[in-house]
Amino acid sequence: MGSLQRLGRWTLGVLERLGRGHLFLLRTLLAMGTLVRRPGLLLREIYSVGVLSLLIVAVSGLFVGMVLGYQGYITLVDFGAAEALGTVVALSLVRELGPVVTALLFAGRAGSALTAEIGLMKTTEQLSSMEMMAVDPYKRVIAPRFLAGVISMPLLAAIFSAVGVAGGYFIGVGVLGVDSGAYWSQMQASVDFHEDIMNGVIKSMVFGVVAAWIAVFEGYDATPTSEGVSRATTRTVVHTALAILALDFILTGLMFGDI
Amino acid sequence: MTTRRIEITVGIFVALGLAALFMLAVQVSNLGEYRGGDGYEVHAYFNNIGGLKVRAPVTMAGVRVGRVTAITYDAERYQARVSFTISARYDQLPTDTQASIYTAGLLGEQYIALEPGGEDEVLRDGDVILFTQSALVLEELIGRVLVNLTGN
Repeated sequence: MGSLQRLGRWTLGVLERLGRGHLFLLRTLLAMGTLVRRPGLLLREIYSVGVLSLLIVAVSGLFVGMVLGYQGYITLVDFGAAEALGTVVALSLVRELGPVVTALLFAGRAGSALTAEIGLMKTTEQLSSMEMMAVDPYKRVIAPRFLAGVISMPLLAAIFSAVGVAGGYFIGVGVLGVDSGAYWSQMQASVDFHEDIMNGVIKSMVFGVVAAWIAVFEGYDATPTSEGVSRATTRTVVHTALAILALDFILTGLMFGDI
Repeated sequence: MTTRRIEITVGIFVALGLAALFMLAVQVSNLGEYRGGDGYEVHAYFNNIGGLKVRAPVTMAGVRVGRVTAITYDAERYQARVSFTISARYDQLPTDTQASIYTAGLLGEQYIALEPGGEDEVLRDGDVILFTQSALVLEELIGRVLVNLTGN
């Protein structure tokens, strides 16, 4: 009986949290209107969420692209198809690695910071004092951070993919001696703008919404103690990673599954 | 950090992101080909299209001039109906142009090669190419060789 009760309590707890998360998202979306009148709030958050993530995303993209250049070449050269290296590098970056790795890096670099910041605001009762002064924390704190994440993610993913393609070019053409014209022409022949690049952009938009949502919600929902904030930060990274990988599987099935 | 500095760096960030997207569109994908209008659509009937896929290239003397846009089965003719778009720049194809399905390399993708005929009339939007050559299916070829060998 006791274990059944624990199971029930756990299930109800999960459902309650899910419900709170969705109500939170709804209130955030409703609070979005103020950002039209005060774009300065949004700019500051895009700076801390997007611009400060730029370096890690660009450097990771470069290395991932260079690794793809090596691994793709080693596999393809056995089949005499080293010219298809451009296709391999571009398709894997644009379709999968760009959106997914960027979202994972985003969760670690920006998502955890968002959670810790909002959680500490709650712990030190800054959010309650805002409410005392009739300032809506959803409008002042949550909505700008959420929207900044949503806007930054597709841009970061595009930068990741572009830098990665350049990294693959550097290794494939510069180091391993694949023909430069073949690298680009094979890539252009098999990468479709609507099918591949736009689907990648849609993926990164979805990931942006999910990653930003989880980060701000975990911060807002954190237990207001130092331990609670640290737990919320961990949960942000873990939950975002799981949600993004599972969503990526579903989106890939929907977008590319019907071949 | 003054507001001005923040605004400038955010502007640079957004511009960089859009530039990356633009580079992906123009340099990485096939969007560059679509410049200068769509072109015109031509149809051809084949007995067997082998492994031809939608979006496969259509070439003329080895130069890509268009793309396969649709492949359907025509139940009345018992043939495959292949539609392809040819870039508007190449509007001088004679009506007796021949279309053949070839394979790029031994195991590569299949494409349509056009060979010009001698007519003065040129192909227009919606025309049908009369002379076609089907894809070579490897098993068929091996079968024929085996029949020839055992026959003698």
